Order: sequence, then structure tokens, then C-alpha cells
Amino acid sequence: MTNGDRIPPDPEFVQLLDPDGERVEHPDYSVEFTPDEYRGLYRDLVIIRKLDAEATALQRQGELGIWASLLGQEAAQVGAGRALRPQDMAFPTYREHGILHCRGIDPIMPLGLFRGVDQGAWDSQKHKVHMYTIVIGAQTLHATGYAMGITMDGKVGTEDGEAVIAFFGDGATAQGDVNESFVWASVFNAPVVFFCQNNQYAISEPLERQTRVPLFKRASGFGFPGIRVDGNDVLATYAVTKQALDNARLGQGPTMVEAYTYRMGAHTTSDDPTRYRAGSEVEAWRDKDPIKRMRIFLTKAGIADDDFFTQVDDDAAKQAVELRERVLALPDPGPLSIFDNVYPGGSPLLDEQRAQQERYLASFEGGH
Amino acid sequence: MAETLGKALNLGLRRALESDDRVVIMGEDVGKLGGVFRITDGLQKDFGEQRVIDTPLAESGIIGTAIGLAIRGYRPVCEIQFDGFVYPAYDQIVSQLAKMYYRSQGNVRVPVVVRIPFGGGIGAVEHHSESPEAYFAHTAGLKVVACSNPNDAYWMIQQAISGDDPVIFLEPKRRYWEKGEVSFDASPIPLFSSQVVRQGTDVTVVAYGPMVRTALDAATAAAEDGRSIEVIDLRTLSPLDLGPVYESVRRTGRCVVVHEAPSHVSLSSELAARVTEQCFYSLEAPVLRVTGFDTPYPPARVEEEYLPDLDRVLDAVDRTFGF
Repeated sequence: MTNGDRIPPDPEFVQLLDPDGERVEHPDYSVEFTPDEYRGLYRDLVIIRKLDAEATALQRQGELGIWASLLGQEAAQVGAGRALRPQDMAFPTYREHGILHCRGIDPIMPLGLFRGVDQGAWDSQKHKVHMYTIVIGAQTLHATGYAMGITMDGKVGTEDGEAVIAFFGDGATAQGDVNESFVWASVFNAPVVFFCQNNQYAISEPLERQTRVPLFKRASGFGFPGIRVDGNDVLATYAVTKQALDNARLGQGPTMVEAYTYRMGAHTTSDDPTRYRAGSEVEAWRDKDPIKRMRIFLTKAGIADDDFFTQVDDDAAKQAVELRERVLALPDPGPLSIFDNVYPGGSPLLDEQRAQQERYLASFEGGH
Repeated sequence: MAETLGKALNLGLRRALESDDRVVIMGEDVGKLGGVFRITDGLQKDFGEQRVIDTPLAESGIIGTAIGLAIRGYRPVCEIQFDGFVYPAYDQIVSQLAKMYYRSQGNVRVPVVVRIPFGGGIGAVEHHSESPEAYFAHTAGLKVVACSNPNDAYWMIQQAISGDDPVIFLEPKRRYWEKGEVSFDASPIPLFSSQVVRQGTDVTVVAYGPMVRTALDAATAAAEDGRSIEVIDLRTLSPLDLGPVYESVRRTGRCVVVHEAPSHVSLSSELAARVTEQCFYSLEAPVLRVTGFDTPYPPARVEEEYLPDLDRVLDAVDRTFGF
């Protein structure tokens, strides 16, 4: 099997910024950002990496139960996240912290889940990001159903139409739900973009254990286009995702985007990647770092200088400190909160159980 | 007006579609064909392909996309063609549908109704005669109901659709063709309530879905022998509404629970535990159960051996007098 020195060659993909920070021309895709927007993308990348590192540290210190790091996937998430328009809806996995950032969501929001004080708990419609989904691939069906609803609401077919983006990973492509969502989206021409972050590993299992064909090629079998993009290139990811979302909102149906990237860290803080992949492989990917290439490009193009980079680093560090303080201050839920919100319509039996537990707990008062 | 149970469901669904344009019906063959049992007959013709959706043949997809539609604000009513085909959708029902409201701390409502024709007695091949209710009743976040007669079918389906709870709606498929009065104007009793459907004084027989008819027939036969059976139609399997059962058992002192599903870790297990807890000093006999066996559902030519019938109910009733 492919372990040890497994370093796959770069596949063919859409790339607008190469690992050395050189702009690359592509016949079909381009971006036109203002200097401010370019700097904004860089800022996004740095901030989500810093907050991610802080969350990893919090887990190591016992303040989070677990953390799923996005390290290495910053460009894929910022590219996709910034391509979304306010009316668009996103259905994430549990690793899309960068998407939440791009939607302007307070970074504390998903941390309750990882600290164990809630299970997501946010209003999907209000934030235009559904809650994190942990069962692999299940959310792709929710995204597709939601997209069908957009069509039924007549909110598709115009420039300001709505679109949906469903996130999932390379491992999820083996799931029945993902394949069913492809069927549904295709036959109902649903305005949904299937955004696969191929980070090369499903915990320990390499891509080869999930597929014998490049993932983006799966789409054609379902009857819609698939395209592969350099997921470590924020410019290309933005351009490709924006095009796919616009196609969806205009009524041209689904697209699968395979963002070819690499999970630089562990699957989660509970994982030990040294058991299944070689350091040399990780090192090879370090050369393709999404932030490094952006920094070289901005410097060479005269869009940003060291003062700017220092300022961004300082801002990110400050945000990390704030986030840490707020995580530590997250209150534990009360013992009877476990009975809350089981049914919109309530349940007399549950009310009884709650009352019983309340009496039981009260029986200890002063008894300790 | 007398209607079959199937037609009553059809009329109830029609009225739900009329009264709320966010209601959509989805499932395999529910459109042009009107469903394999014709429960959705004529609805696509009158409400269009966007309201009555023929889906691809994948049950997880039906429930998963229904959840997405519900997040969008729709009220999907999904048809699972047969009980034995619900399992591919089990993850979406148990891990997603049931938990969404809880996980979101009340922010995300998913008012999805999952209609399942359930139970045996129609001479079908395997996977077409199962009683999966305990799987769902065991799952917090789901409500589970079973109708037993045309009037309840007409009203309960509308009540299930108009509420915000995810509801597993079990339809007694072998009773689809049985006729009964439907009061189209009378206001119905609450959805999540049990009901005494025949009064009696000697023993309480609790049933739901297809077994209510069997229990009523047993009560009629017992009356000829001078034994008075009270029959309670459970109607709601989760949450249970056992007030009427406790009240009845405290009078009769005897309780028999009947269902087609296997007995092990079943609705009757729960009933027996709760009735024992609440009616301990009134009981003249232990709670007895008449159920399917703890086997896979058998081939059609022996299904009558498996299914509780009038005689097995009466046998259990007799045994409650032997303690």
C-alpha cells in the first residue's frame, strides 16, 4: 500500500497563483481584486490559521474536548467562503471554521460544540450557515433539499438568485448520502455547489482507499460538471467557486468543485498522523503553503509590505487571546438543561422525567 | 360519511396541501401513480409536481432532502413505500431529523412527517410486513403515532403535518381498505392522546394500529361469553399517553397489550413496566402481552401463525384470570 514516501504529483487543476507566488493565467478563470481585497484575503488566511492554532492549544490544555484543525486548508475555505454572496446558504462539516469567519460569524460560535457546552446551537437561517454536521456526508442531502426549496421559492434563475454550497471531504465521497445528493441535485437541477476539500486523508485512509478516479470526475457520471482547483490557491478557489455558485443561482444546476489540498495537521486532536504518513510528505506540502505564496505575491506586486504583514499578525494574535478568554468563560449548561428543546411541541412524559430529576437533585441540597 | 382508511388519508393529505402551501409530499411513486397503495392518488394532478414530488429511489435521500426543505421553511410529508424500506433512511431520521431541534437549542425546526405503511397480514414478500415502531419510539426527538381507523387517519395526518415536531406516522396497511365513518366537521381529539374505543369492566386490552380492530373483535367475542373487555387505542406511541390506560387498569385490575411487533424491548415492554409502576396495587394479574414472535417476519403462508389474532388475545385475557 501507499505509505511512507507517498508524494503524489501535482494533478491538473485550475491555478492562478503558484506555490512560488507567481500569478498564473488560465483560459477560463481570472480574478480582479482591488489591493484592499487582496489584502483582505491575506488577512482572512492568517486570522483563521491563528485562531485554529489557538483552538488546538486550548484542546491541548484541556479546555476543549477535541478540535478539528483546518491547518493547510485555509485557502480552500477562504476562497469558497468569500465567493458566497449574502443570500447564499452553506452546509458545513465540522472543519469549516474558515467559512464561518468569511460569513462574519463570531469565532466563539462553533467552539461550544468542541468544549462540550452545546452541540452547535445556532440558527442556520440567521447566519446562512447550517450547524456543523459530524455524521460524514449527511449534510449534502440537507443542502440539496434546501436548494430544491430555493427553486420552489422561485429564487433561482436571476443574477441575484440564491445558491447553496455543501462542504464535505474526500472520505465523504464514498458515503451513500453524498452519492444520493448528487442524484437528487442532478435530476432536480438544484442550485447547489458540492465543494469537496480533498485533503488527501480520511483520518488515516489515503485517497486511494476512497476512489480509483479523480474525485471531480465523479460528477460527470451524475450529469453535472466537476472541476478541480488548487485548493491551496485562494485566488483560483475563489474564481472557480464563484463561477459555480453563479451558475447555480442562474438556474444552470449543480457543480462539483474538488479543492485539492492537504490536511497539514491531524484529523482531530485525538489523531496521530505519524502512524500513517511520512514526514517527507508533509514537508513537500509545506512548500505549497497557501499563506506563504500569497505573501510572496502581495510583496512582489507591491500590494502589501512588512508593516502590513506585521499588523495582520498582531491583529490575529490579539483575536486569539480574546477568543481564549471567551472560551474559558463559556458557562457550563445547567443540569436540567438536558431536558430543553427535545420537541417543539413538548412532551408530558419528558416533563415528568424532568420534574423527577429536579426533585432528585434537590434532595441533595445541603446534604453534601 | 363512510370512507376507507386509505381514502381518508388521501382526503386528509389533500386538505393539508390546501390549507398550507408550504406542505409538500415526497416519495417513490407518489406522483403519477398515486403511491403503491394509492394514498396520494390524484394529488399531483391537482397540486402539481412541485407539491407532490416523485423522488429518486433512495430513502436516505428522501428524508435528507426533506430535512433541507424543512430548514428552508417547507413542511415535507415523506412516504416510505413499505416499513422494511425505512432502514436506509434510519441515519437521517435518527441522527439528523430527531436531533436537529435539540442540537440547535430550539433554533432549527424540522417539521417533517414520515408516513410508513406498517404491519403484516397482506400476504406480501419479505420486508413488506414489518413493525419497526420501537426503533423510532426509542429515539428522543421523534414523535410516533399510529392510526387505526378512517376518522383518525383523516384527522391525525393533518394534525401531524400542522405541528412542528418530526412525526413518524404509521399506517396499518392491512386496514387501508376497511371502511368507517369520518366526521369531517367534528373537531378531533388531540394527536398525542390515547382513547378508550370500547368500554368494559373486566380487563383492559391496549392496542394500536392494525391490532385495534383485532382487539375490538376479541371484545365482541368475549362479550358473548359474558366477559367485558375495555379496549384502548394507544394512537400515540411516543410520547405515550397512559392516563386513560392507568384509569382503566385501576378499574379492571387486568391489562393485556397487543401488537404485531416482536415482544422483546417493545412498546408492550414499556407499557408493562409503566402500568406495573403506576397501577401496582390495583393489579390482579401481571400485565400480559400478545405480540409477534422474536423472529424475523415469516413467509406469507405462515404469517397468520405469527400475527396476534382474536384467539390469542382471548387466550391472554383468560390467563389474566388465572392468577
